[in-house]
Amino acid sequence: MTEIDAKALGADGAVRTASAFPPTPTTVARRPFRASPKLPLSLVGFAAFLLAWHLAVEVWRLPRFAKLPGLVEVFVEWTSTDPMYGVSLFTAEYYQHILVSLKRIVAAFSAATLLGVPLGLLLGWSQRFREYVFPVFETLRPVPILAWVPISIILFSGAETSVVFLTFIAAFFVTTLNTMTGVQSIDPSVVRAARCLGASPRQIFRHIVAPGALPHIFTGLQVSMGVSWFSLVAAEMVSGEFGLGYLINTAYAKIQYPTIAIGMITLGAVGYASSALVRLVGARLMAWRLREIGVGR
Amino acid sequence: MTDLALEPASRGAPQTSSRGAISIRNVVKTYGSGASQVTAVDDCSFEVAAGEICMVVGPSGCGKTSLLNAIAGFHDITSGEILIDGETICGPDRPMAAPGPDRVVVFQNGALFPWKTNLENVAFGPTMQGTMTEAAAKARARSLLAEVGLDDVAERFPGEISSGMRRRVEIARAVINEPRVLLLDEPYRALDALTKQVMHEALLELYYRNKVTIFFITHDLEEAVFLGHKLVISTARPCRPKTIIEVDIPHPRDRSVITSPRFRELMEAAHEAVRQEAVAAFQAGDKEG
Amino acid sequence: MAAGPTGVAVARSPYALRRAVVALAACAVLWQLGARLDDWTGVGAPGVGALPSPVEVAMAAGRVVVEPGYWISSALSFVRVMGGFLIALAAAVPLGLLFATNRTFRAIAFPVFEVIRPIPPLAWVPAAIIFWPTQEAAITFITFLGAFFTITINVLSGALSIDPRFVEAARSLGASRMTVFRRIVLPATAPSIVVASSIAIGLSWEVVVAAEIISGSSAMGSNSGGLGHFIWASYLGGSYDDIIVGMISIGIAGYLCSAAVRKAGALLTPWINAR
Repeated sequence: MTEIDAKALGADGAVRTASAFPPTPTTVARRPFRASPKLPLSLVGFAAFLLAWHLAVEVWRLPRFAKLPGLVEVFVEWTSTDPMYGVSLFTAEYYQHILVSLKRIVAAFSAATLLGVPLGLLLGWSQRFREYVFPVFETLRPVPILAWVPISIILFSGAETSVVFLTFIAAFFVTTLNTMTGVQSIDPSVVRAARCLGASPRQIFRHIVAPGALPHIFTGLQVSMGVSWFSLVAAEMVSGEFGLGYLINTAYAKIQYPTIAIGMITLGAVGYASSALVRLVGARLMAWRLREIGVGR
Repeated sequence: MTDLALEPASRGAPQTSSRGAISIRNVVKTYGSGASQVTAVDDCSFEVAAGEICMVVGPSGCGKTSLLNAIAGFHDITSGEILIDGETICGPDRPMAAPGPDRVVVFQNGALFPWKTNLENVAFGPTMQGTMTEAAAKARARSLLAEVGLDDVAERFPGEISSGMRRRVEIARAVINEPRVLLLDEPYRALDALTKQVMHEALLELYYRNKVTIFFITHDLEEAVFLGHKLVISTARPCRPKTIIEVDIPHPRDRSVITSPRFRELMEAAHEAVRQEAVAAFQAGDKEG
Repeated sequence: MAAGPTGVAVARSPYALRRAVVALAACAVLWQLGARLDDWTGVGAPGVGALPSPVEVAMAAGRVVVEPGYWISSALSFVRVMGGFLIALAAAVPLGLLFATNRTFRAIAFPVFEVIRPIPPLAWVPAAIIFWPTQEAAITFITFLGAFFTITINVLSGALSIDPRFVEAARSLGASRMTVFRRIVLPATAPSIVVASSIAIGLSWEVVVAAEIISGSSAMGSNSGGLGHFIWASYLGGSYDDIIVGMISIGIAGYLCSAAVRKAGALLTPWINAR
């Protein structure tokens, strides 16, 4: 229990989850399939997907599919200046929902990063600290995020704080764990080299441990961004006003089915963009890594 | 501080230096306890003169690295003592030496900092110790890199250059500290034979310019005879000097000595001494280490 | 510090167990003090003051575990987790391998997969409830989604990182494409499948609990039962100690499931730790 289980981690030591959209991170092994999808073929894929959606729902009206919002219906609603259900690209309400969700993500993700990275560095760096703190951490970690909902409502009066808290918790565990793994993944020879070159423990922390853990930290942050959205949507569906999870939830209740699809697509896009942003920042900070695998320069 | 890079002065034969004599006296190192106890180094004693290149030769996994780690201050010793220039760095009162820039290690698999450029890597020691300003350290690092022919990759990251180049950068990173002892742990193990030869000559070149005691672990006999003043042939685990061979081929040496009869004779002698131990180690089934 | 002859320090001190016990005990004591502070001094502790104390939780646990309802909830959640997870495993492993071995298929279908993947599983809840005839099927579907993307992506990256020399060696020894797939690709991907599965089953628990709570707390669906619902019902009923019993139960269940998957994985890939 006091040791992180290496097998629970991905090939590059990062915890991957479904909601972790980014997992196309910096591993070399992944690059081939980033590069390979050729545009025309991928267009065939998208066309087939959209056509299947359109045909199943709106043309053939297959059993069960017929109830789902159709492609044309969703597209028309989304791009309408006067949407039937009040939410489209041209309404302020649409952006308000996005903005509220984004604000919550920024607050929770920043808090999780600001607390999780230092904690993870400390856990990886000090054996004594790890042996005291990590068991507590590992006792709390298996509890699913949504199981915290009632507790967070009890602890924080007001839906807003408890939604942010739930989002924070999910991100915090991922970030901390990956940062710790990052520190532990540093080649011990590198630390020894620094010691025999006369670096003090503080200098080793600053010049060796922190940069050495950076690749794992950023993989962790990408995953963390993914789980943030995962939890945010769940939390917004349970409690909270505004936000994309709330939008989907109320659209269901009001039988505004096209709006559900709009909400889902928007969530996918915004989630993907925020992970891409994290990846971009990571790439800037780790020029050495990109140049090593020959992408930079 | 004398700028050694600009003074390739004492390119002469026997190195005389007042710094870096190592005395290893009755050193024992055991790991674990009870039934699982393993003795890596057993009652090991020998002397390395100041400014000497001492090659410690033995089969893989025989405990040579344990000895090096004790000198570097990464591991404690179980008993015995190690002195440098008559000063006890570890002994009965203090089983573990403190790592420091007077004994710099060049690691088996290389340990450059991948996130620092080659120049920053070389300048690391003096900058951290505060013995030079960062600018001065970088200037000195640049001249050292130029000395080993690597000035054009100074701004690159270690991951961008060949492994042979990385080894040279790493040695420059050690030498810039003007250590009393340079500890090399099979640094050229992973290199091909041709690169190795180039590296050996480059190392000697550096050695002739910067007087420093070299404690070099290897299991490559040709490397040992070509570089060393002295070969300490170790027994298979536990590590203990079995034979000490003085290499009387005068320095400076170059590639041509390899074909000399004396070189052959010394190789033969070393080979004879090491063979039995290699067989013993092989039969013990030790993993590489 | 235990250190091997190769010089790599083993990151575990002889005090590890003692320190773990001390830390956990200290947390329990602080929690107890915080929760009861109000009763003793009239001044409530911030945060924990609103929670039931560990002693109350322990007593509640003693009461709850003998109730059949608790075990029915646990069983319901467990069946959903296993259902979604196993279907995902059955679908994702072939898909991941297909992505890895067939370039054309990957070029066509992978971008679509990548576009759908960022949508959080729970955003699918309304659509799933509309589509599937029963709420049970909808919850299983959401659970399936959570595990499906994770396993596919990990299997794909595992299969792509196979050393091409293995494949070349096998081909040069006269192995057919099918044999290469069976003897090289499949075993080489097995570790990724194991890793992905242990993560995915944890994720399945996340999703099931979320789905159970959402179905109980919003306009969607109705009482679904399960441990998630148990927690939510305890909250609505004001029995806060039961909430924590529920959380602990789910934590233990999730942990046991991941451990079981890892154990099974270790048995299936015995060469992994044999280095």
